[in-house]
Amino acid sequence: MSAREEILRRIDGIVPARPDAEIAADYARIERGYLRRHHDDGVLDLFAERVAHYRAVVLRAAEADLPRVIAERLAARPGAHGVPGDLPAAWLAGADADLVRDPAVADLDGLAGAVTGCAAAIAETGTIVLDHGAGQGPRALSLVPDYHLIVVRAAQVAPDVPEALERLDPSRPLTMVSGPSATSDIELSRVEGVHGPRTLEVVIAE
Amino acid sequence: MTSQNAMPTYLGMPSFPDAARRAVADPRLRGNLAHATGTIRERRADAVAELDDWGALRESGKQIKDHVLANLGHYLRVLEEKVTEAGGTVHWARDAAEANRIVADLVKATGETEVVKVKSMATQEIGLNEALAEEGIAAYETDLAELIVQLGHDRPSHILVPAIHRNRSDIRDIFRKEMPDAPADLSDSPADLAEAARRHLRAKFLSAKVAVSGVNFAVADTGTLVVLESEGNGRMCLTLPETLISVMGVEKIVPTMRDLEVFLQLLPRSSTAERMNPYTSTWTGVHPGDGPRDFHLVLLDNGRTDTLADEVGRQALRCIRCSACLNVCPVYERAGGHAYGSPYPGPIGAILSPQIRGIGSEVDASLPYASSLCGACFEACPVAIDIPEVLVHLRARAVEDGPRHPVEKAAMTAAGWTLRSPARLALAQRAASASRRIVAPRGRIRRLPGPLGAWTETRDAPAPPKESFRAWWARTDGGRAPDPGHGTDPAGPGGTEDAKREKGEDA
Repeated sequence: MSAREEILRRIDGIVPARPDAEIAADYARIERGYLRRHHDDGVLDLFAERVAHYRAVVLRAAEADLPRVIAERLAARPGAHGVPGDLPAAWLAGADADLVRDPAVADLDGLAGAVTGCAAAIAETGTIVLDHGAGQGPRALSLVPDYHLIVVRAAQVAPDVPEALERLDPSRPLTMVSGPSATSDIELSRVEGVHGPRTLEVVIAE
Repeated sequence: MTSQNAMPTYLGMPSFPDAARRAVADPRLRGNLAHATGTIRERRADAVAELDDWGALRESGKQIKDHVLANLGHYLRVLEEKVTEAGGTVHWARDAAEANRIVADLVKATGETEVVKVKSMATQEIGLNEALAEEGIAAYETDLAELIVQLGHDRPSHILVPAIHRNRSDIRDIFRKEMPDAPADLSDSPADLAEAARRHLRAKFLSAKVAVSGVNFAVADTGTLVVLESEGNGRMCLTLPETLISVMGVEKIVPTMRDLEVFLQLLPRSSTAERMNPYTSTWTGVHPGDGPRDFHLVLLDNGRTDTLADEVGRQALRCIRCSACLNVCPVYERAGGHAYGSPYPGPIGAILSPQIRGIGSEVDASLPYASSLCGACFEACPVAIDIPEVLVHLRARAVEDGPRHPVEKAAMTAAGWTLRSPARLALAQRAASASRRIVAPRGRIRRLPGPLGAWTETRDAPAPPKESFRAWWARTDGGRAPDPGHGTDPAGPGGTEDAKREKGEDA
């Protein structure tokens, strides 16, 4: 008997298989008495505060002001920055920096940073979610360089975890980012900066 | 069935009381543990108090996990189908040896002799690193605490922070001695230590062709796998190599993506006391042009179906490995993780290890007793595992199935023989009454002679009564016959207390 057959036979012997419809009905009966959101108002302020709590840099800018703010941030970080080829061109209109569009993975370690958009964000937990679709590049782009600048549009910010998950497509690879890389492995205290980007900057476009 | 080697006990591992006695006598270890668990306890309490609906989240988490366990065969089949549809390959392993064999063969098929690893309890449980080493494959741990344990030739002592027994100066000493590229003047500041780990592992991440990970959650209806981490080593391993092999216990399933809304709130707050951990990665099979080209999922039984078969014990399979129960446990704080003789220490380890491994060894038979039953672990558990209930249940099983002291075994066999016959019982009770003046001159037995002495080392035993309840009943017709010799106390020969005890009323 194969391992698969044997394990499933053991399990079916303990908790017998039932029709799919019965299982679905049981699943629907699971109590979900928790809140869909913990805050109704001031969602953007909450998001900014919660991201900053992780010691990320948070900036707020009008959509029209984005090119100037991005240009300033990149100017403060000498070296080449990787950007997805489909990042909105207007965002980089003011940038004087050396930009590498769609860099090869092998070149990422030589870059100073990366600039991307995101797919959604969660105010309650200060989390930004990338689905590595439009304007975000493949997963390695925002991982290997030591600096990550993310532009979050106000409309992308969900108040809490349940509503954010509803906006996401599970068939895409997802990366949820809550602050810069950190560890709690030394005496259970949080220290920023291990393998992922040690500096995270977030620009909220309103 | 579970073999005793399904999850190897550490070589020469003494039973919990022996190991704990040594640990408690180590002031440095106790200091490190008290500091670390004290810090996290306070912060976790704040993180949990921030959510008004924590109780409701906890109840939902419990119900989702119970629902999966009650329909495990269904959800495993769905998960297998969805992962396969998305371009992954699913493997099944009955036990540790089979899982290790599968992983080793997959690595060999790539022609590589090195793998990078994301911290994973499942691969600790099966001893994967050791098994790979025997096949000439080097496994590099990339989580900071796992790296500290690996470089220090040490064993993990905590689920979340395997090097919790090491303080910052211990870590600096290990890095200076064992990390070839560590700066000679490395300080013990956590930021410098983290920087040293970053430099040490960067080249490995960039050149690794094969990675091995665990899995926090597997979403059945989409085939999506989820890993929560902090440092970015997980993202490196899940993204950069060409081949990814993930090992997960069969119980790690949630039915739909929606269920993550519960667990992504419960797990980070319970484990690191954060609103959210720095990085959570999800992937579904293979994503062309982004990440590994080859993905393998190993579904591991290794004693989990045996655990599922125990209706009281199966709730241990709800565990999401947050380690909150360790951090609140007074026994763990003093004894440390190594005393539990398993990669799963603390209260959850005390109920998980004996069930996964079977109660075949001294250490596993002793684990259900590694608790004062204070209940702090149950209070802290984000999926409401009633750990004290399972501990008490496993104590009964340890007595039935566990290894026993030969004298205890002989005594129990004799007791069984005696109790099966009223005549033999009466005879034995008369003999016991006759012995009271010899063994218990002051009414208490301080020390029993011969091999029974071990039992009285830590406790006094009451002396046998002058007259047994049965003898008293026969003589007085249950207290109805007048008896000038012994008085007419209707409660019996030894007064109310003794009578109750003999009838087992206050047991």
